[in-house]
Amino acid sequence: MAIYKLNINGQSYSTDVADDTPLLWVLRDHIGLTGTKYGCGIAACGACTVHVDGQATKSCMLAVSLVGNAQITTIEGLSKNGDHPVQKAWDEIDVPQCGYCQAGQIMTASAFLKRNPHPTDNEIVQAMNGHICRCGTYHRIKDAVRKASQSVQ
Amino acid sequence: MSINIKSTNRRQFLKVTTLATGGLFISFNLFSKNSSDEIKVAAEEADLINFNSYISIHTDGTVTIYSPNPEVGQGIKTSFPMIVAEELDMDWAKIKVVQAPLDTKKFERQVAGGSRSTPHSWKRLREAGATARNLLMQAASTQWNIPVDQLSTAKGMVWHKTSSKSIHYGALAAAAALLTPPKEIALKDPAQFHTIGTWVKSVDNPEVFTGKAIYGIDYKRPGMLTAMIVRPPAFGLKLKGFDATEAKSMPGISDVVSFGNKVAVVGNSTWEIMKARKTLKIDWEKEKDLESSEMHDKIFAEMISNGKMDPKRTDGDIEAAFKGAAKIIESEFQCPFVPHNSMEPMNFYADVREDYAELAGPSQTPENARNGVAKLVNLPPEKVSMVMTKMGGGFGRRLNNDYALEAGELSKIIKSPVKVIWSREDDMTAGIYRPACKYKFRMALDKAGNVLAFHARGAGMNSGSPVRENNFPVGAINNVLVESMDYKSAITTGPWRAPITNFLAGAEQIFFDEVAEAAGKDPVTMRLEWIAKAKANPVGKILYEPDRFKAVIDLVAEKSEWFKKKKGVYKGFSVYFAHSTYVAQVAEVIKVKGRPVIKKVYCAVDCGILVNQSGARNQVVGSVVDGIGTAMFGKLTFKDGVPEQSNYNSYKLIRMADIPEVEVHFVKNTIDPTGLGEPALPPISGAIGNALYRATGVRFRNQPFMDNQDAGKNGAKVLM
Repeated sequence: MAIYKLNINGQSYSTDVADDTPLLWVLRDHIGLTGTKYGCGIAACGACTVHVDGQATKSCMLAVSLVGNAQITTIEGLSKNGDHPVQKAWDEIDVPQCGYCQAGQIMTASAFLKRNPHPTDNEIVQAMNGHICRCGTYHRIKDAVRKASQSVQ
Repeated sequence: MSINIKSTNRRQFLKVTTLATGGLFISFNLFSKNSSDEIKVAAEEADLINFNSYISIHTDGTVTIYSPNPEVGQGIKTSFPMIVAEELDMDWAKIKVVQAPLDTKKFERQVAGGSRSTPHSWKRLREAGATARNLLMQAASTQWNIPVDQLSTAKGMVWHKTSSKSIHYGALAAAAALLTPPKEIALKDPAQFHTIGTWVKSVDNPEVFTGKAIYGIDYKRPGMLTAMIVRPPAFGLKLKGFDATEAKSMPGISDVVSFGNKVAVVGNSTWEIMKARKTLKIDWEKEKDLESSEMHDKIFAEMISNGKMDPKRTDGDIEAAFKGAAKIIESEFQCPFVPHNSMEPMNFYADVREDYAELAGPSQTPENARNGVAKLVNLPPEKVSMVMTKMGGGFGRRLNNDYALEAGELSKIIKSPVKVIWSREDDMTAGIYRPACKYKFRMALDKAGNVLAFHARGAGMNSGSPVRENNFPVGAINNVLVESMDYKSAITTGPWRAPITNFLAGAEQIFFDEVAEAAGKDPVTMRLEWIAKAKANPVGKILYEPDRFKAVIDLVAEKSEWFKKKKGVYKGFSVYFAHSTYVAQVAEVIKVKGRPVIKKVYCAVDCGILVNQSGARNQVVGSVVDGIGTAMFGKLTFKDGVPEQSNYNSYKLIRMADIPEVEVHFVKNTIDPTGLGEPALPPISGAIGNALYRATGVRFRNQPFMDNQDAGKNGAKVLM
């Protein structure tokens, strides 16, 4: 056990956990940010994706001891009022069914579009293929990324 | 203040009450037997009647609609209120939707399953909205002293066009609450619909996109502990004993207890528990045979060839017909067990005390969860409350409340509020699967290619009955025998989205494609001939309407240009009637570097009136994606009772790179709506299977298609 100071959504948090605790469980169990979801625990489904210094990162296999001073952004901190262009596009396209995977999808899409504001369809598929949506909303996810790409600078 | 309406024949269905704030409150019953019948109930009984949905109209004009059904991703929380808003003539943007709690005193049958919710509640929701509108118009009529028939409503207001007078519903709500609902209520002509049939976004979107939506796994209460449970690693084993010395000494672990055949590790946080449970030393002993997939294959082969089956439907005399056949076509089809793979793993919260209990979690059958826990912990159901959380998918898995019972039992043992969480591996390996099934189909043809007889044999593993004996083209064939048998396996099964038909439909549709080829007929033309026969001279009972069947076939043939050859495009056709909805599909396969790729799927759907364009299209496309993924990749195999796949590194689910384009067309009609959560899934494996055959010359009779050895040998491994 050790005390870790974490920068999450622009705030500083302090948590006393074992070194190998994945960031996912620190967020969910210790910080109380449950918007980041557990899906597989082996970085194969993408439900737990957060931004680590702006990079989309699967938090279920990232030990808290490796986070250091990195800026963590979770779905709760992506925008102040839920109005990030990706969140807005997700709403306009009405992407979700059950919605469970969508926080992870949105986090990957927002980091991806920042790096590549005008992607081709193939690039979108490459970027999003690490995510599983069991309800099968992939067509709408693709449409929403395309739509958001028109408004992301 | 509450006023029971005792004079109306519809009182079993409706109750009008004044809100404490002076507004109108209408409770209505979605599940009364027949809301429009004359119902004679003694006055004393009136107070016992349950009402399960509410509209409240506050004096400030706010309209709140309580949605009683669990939301599992099927979109009911949005589509039900749309139906009420339509008849109420309320502006959708001004409606607030609230998820009602589980309360079987007020509500009844709060269930998500079977694609039955919309057809069942359609008329009741409309009548509730229309009744509220009628009362508001009566109130305006009295206030203005203008006859009701000169008034109209729109966007939450009553209008008198001649004098340009208008008044908000909110200003009429208090007076309306004192009026008597009419005995008969007229519903709108569907041509006048302004909300039904439009594109309406899910009411839960803002919470989902900001991480605020509370799913079962997110639920927290003060003092709550977390637990993970070790269940037998193989089907057929039971717990003999365990040593938890090391686990108990680990940080954050408060207890290790066993119940049933399970060992539960209880602690403060998930990761600490995950680590501790790896250190448990558990002895298991054999209780039943440890089954393997190879053994299942042998059992299936024996059952399908020699098993004594139960006849489920007999028309005419198949033996005589087969004797006189010019040609006999015969094929076998098999599917494996598959897990549901809801993205949110099973979980449940329970706080069981001496004299009451509180529950919370994701369940498609929350009342059963509540009653099951009540019985298990020996409390009367009325002493057990339950919060219905949002659900990360269900697909039938959460119809079974085994995980809720675990939480209840564990909470009672450890005397603490506790949330049980399943890992993905627990979720995939602990059971309740789509049953494995095998079929043998035979058809006898005459010289002209007409079908003389159809013989279907179905074998399942804990499947209930693996056949659907009234499926098309039964009803169009003079001699039919459909028979079935089931094997009692140690592997636990349950309903999986479109139970049985999720594989059976595709198997049938691939078989009929083989028959069309043998008969020298076009697959679509052959189906249309069968439908014409079922319409002109139906044989025995038929459940489908031939004209609606024909309409979806014609529509998909037109949109996909079925009868036109497209260079380099291989087409497959499929059509199915399930959950009262008709779906026809055409899949197109192309070849990329010699390998087949599923490029596009056309769907024609007749589900009657479309309630929500957005939700409906999402369900159809999602079902197609799910059906393709399961047909291509889905398999859970067993060795000595142990599932050989346990997470997404060994179990492949369909991803974005695997999806074809999907084009959906709805038949436009004014028939009452039918279900849409399941019907587009069953036929798709038939459409893609038939298209892949055209492209490769190899039949895809067994799922998953990716394991087709013949296709592999021919270099026809499917690209996905």
